[in-house]
Amino acid sequence: MRRLLLALLLGAPLLATAHAVGLPSELLADPAQEQRARAIGRELRCLVCQNQSIEDSEADLARDLRRIVRERVAAGENDAQVIDYVHARYGDFVLLRPPLNAATLLLWGMPVLALGGGLLAILLLRRRGAPPPPPPLSAEEQARLAALEEQAPR
Amino acid sequence: MIAEFGHFALALAFALALAQTVLPLWGVARGDARLMGAAAPLALGQLLACAAAFGALLTAFAVNDTSVINVVQNSHSAKPMLYKFAGAWGNHEGSMLLWVLILALCGGAVAGFGRDLPGVLRARVLAVLGLVALGFLAFVLATSNPFGRVWPPAPDGQGLNPVLQDPGLAFHPPLLYLGYVGYAVTFAFAVAALLEGRVDAAWGRWVRPWALAAWSFLTLGIALGSWWAYYELGWGGYWFWDPVENASLLPWLAGSALLHSAIVVEKREALKIWTLLLALLAFGFSLLGTFLVRSGVLNSVHAFASDPSRGTFILALLGIYVAGSLALFAWRAPAMAPTGLFAPLSREGALVLNNLLLCAMAAVVLAGTLWPMFADLLLDQKISVGPPFFNTAILPLVAPLLLAMAAGPLLPWKRARLWPVLQRLWWAALLAAGAVAVMLAFAGWRTGPALGFAAALWLIGGALADLTDRIALFRRPAAAWSRARGLPRAAWGAALAHGGLGLSLLGMAGMGLATDTLAALRPGATLNHAGYQWRLERLEDVAGPNWTARRATVTVLRDGAVVTVLTPERRSFPVAAGMTTTEAAIHTSLTGDLYAVLGEEQGDRAVLRVHHNILAPWIWLGALVMALGGALSLTDRRIRVAAPAPRSVLSAAGHGPDVSRPT
Repeated sequence: MRRLLLALLLGAPLLATAHAVGLPSELLADPAQEQRARAIGRELRCLVCQNQSIEDSEADLARDLRRIVRERVAAGENDAQVIDYVHARYGDFVLLRPPLNAATLLLWGMPVLALGGGLLAILLLRRRGAPPPPPPLSAEEQARLAALEEQAPR
Repeated sequence: MIAEFGHFALALAFALALAQTVLPLWGVARGDARLMGAAAPLALGQLLACAAAFGALLTAFAVNDTSVINVVQNSHSAKPMLYKFAGAWGNHEGSMLLWVLILALCGGAVAGFGRDLPGVLRARVLAVLGLVALGFLAFVLATSNPFGRVWPPAPDGQGLNPVLQDPGLAFHPPLLYLGYVGYAVTFAFAVAALLEGRVDAAWGRWVRPWALAAWSFLTLGIALGSWWAYYELGWGGYWFWDPVENASLLPWLAGSALLHSAIVVEKREALKIWTLLLALLAFGFSLLGTFLVRSGVLNSVHAFASDPSRGTFILALLGIYVAGSLALFAWRAPAMAPTGLFAPLSREGALVLNNLLLCAMAAVVLAGTLWPMFADLLLDQKISVGPPFFNTAILPLVAPLLLAMAAGPLLPWKRARLWPVLQRLWWAALLAAGAVAVMLAFAGWRTGPALGFAAALWLIGGALADLTDRIALFRRPAAAWSRARGLPRAAWGAALAHGGLGLSLLGMAGMGLATDTLAALRPGATLNHAGYQWRLERLEDVAGPNWTARRATVTVLRDGAVVTVLTPERRSFPVAAGMTTTEAAIHTSLTGDLYAVLGEEQGDRAVLRVHHNILAPWIWLGALVMALGGALSLTDRRIRVAAPAPRSVLSAAGHGPDVSRPT
């Protein structure tokens, strides 16, 4: 725990255990399929790690999931089918891109919400914010100004 | 003795901070110039005390004093001296001490360089800084004393986490804290302005150097951390949207917005209220980051309970400072009359757009970072928010920001027309299109990198267009040199910073095209990747000061000619329970990195992963250029020669604070 905190506090992404190098035998022979399997793997969380995708982790679970993903890609499933398969077994927690539902509506709506709220605030401030024109000079000030203009060297 | 001396110095710093908070404010209230004048010497005294405490901790680490718990837990006699020192701030207690030292350094700088500030403002700023220091010194003394003793002394220390034993990480925390804590000064200026009920161009001019310095340090700190992750973690990534990274990105976003809106306050006396709010937010985010990182709420909600005293203490500090300052803001800000009219399409308007988008980005990052915690606590749902979310959600905000970023500096103040600006940018657009065409020719169509290259060249082109326009390079080439010399350094700095971001984007776009491959090789065997031949020469055991390693020697050839020899390692640290780290071997050139990582060995074969990371170094070079731009702006004459303060300040202060306002 102490080391975990330590890595955290130094601004380090959590890493303590995993340095994924992987094994060549894990890779799919077809480079296009391997590319797809990787893209899918980056969407899936290694459940026992801190915020690592299964592609980045060396944990056993991540290795198993990598194998499952590649098996299903090799079997000809499309990306959505593979992700759905893992999602159905491990729940929302496995998805690094949280699904859109009642619990994440605000989260996914945040870009629009923040932008809209900010725009609204700016418009309101602008409408309210037009400063009143300065009051016209009083007779006394007019006189002083005239006097100053008189004195001013040309 | 040295530990007790440090502990005593820390307690002394606490007492001085208390005096620094109370006396100047009392002086302002009573109109007593002598009490207000006490602020500066007290701030310098607090700096001395904090420096003594930090020196004591460094000494304890340097001599490996194993009767100090902190040394036992984080150091070892066999560690190289640099990491003995780095170990002093490579743990919770020591890094908090560094935090308060840097805060005291900022206070000392305000006291030392702020002689031209009006007396009341200076007293209030130093008092607020004293109040912030007070809270954190209390935190260190009460919950995180780095000077605790253990008896009997341990035979030797337990060592520092091996992945932290790296030069990049030794300097990462101090730079980051200089950024975080620098925003404490802009925060103090904002609170002082709220107390005074007044913001003017002079205030903007005093705040801007601090905003600039903090921003430059934070940029460097974040870049150094990202670079470290890139070469030390060994999987070739540079940004992971990790909660801790996000915690440092939040003050950076708010601070970037503050930097820009402070220009508007200084030049046009507009956006004052907004600038105050940003100054409060930037420091609020710094504190939030400190809380999130140190309480442990982020990696797991349950870790919070494991050290509740620290978490709740920082939460209380966060509440006091942020809620207190926001309440003050809500109370005083409406009284400040908005001034400085401008049309929506103008330099001011562009800077408002910049603020809007940066703040929206901060909101998205904040929501994404905290959502898993809220969903777990309030909705009892466990969800993950990772890079795919952040990349998707932030893109619609980044794209318009980058689009506007090239045009903004070309717009005139108050009222502008878009067409003349676009005319001056046509060749930047051409450059961007050219970059996409080049990428298409080399790598085929890839949406992400294409957008990245286009944005990068658009920004670099925009910065060049801004400079050539200001020095009239094409209109009056003969006078260009003298105009270039006469151009304010702030203008050079701004163009450098904008162009630097373009360079960083260039690297990120290149990384989008990076390729890697994995192979198990026998010594003597060759792997072909990215047009290079990677030949594994041999595997051997090597030993360092506190580690042993397995090292591979890989010769990289291109068309039969040797490009470089790489030696990736797997290091094992016996002191740290045999923990291993991967040391990636990297050959850096301006066109990209050749990157090799050594994996497991299977019989006589070794697993080797090699990457071709196109343009990767530009990510960090770009950040360096950005920070340089900030530093160059700092040397601008307008900032060095501070705004003249009315000479009558101190003498007038006797009649109450109102008369001493700068005019």
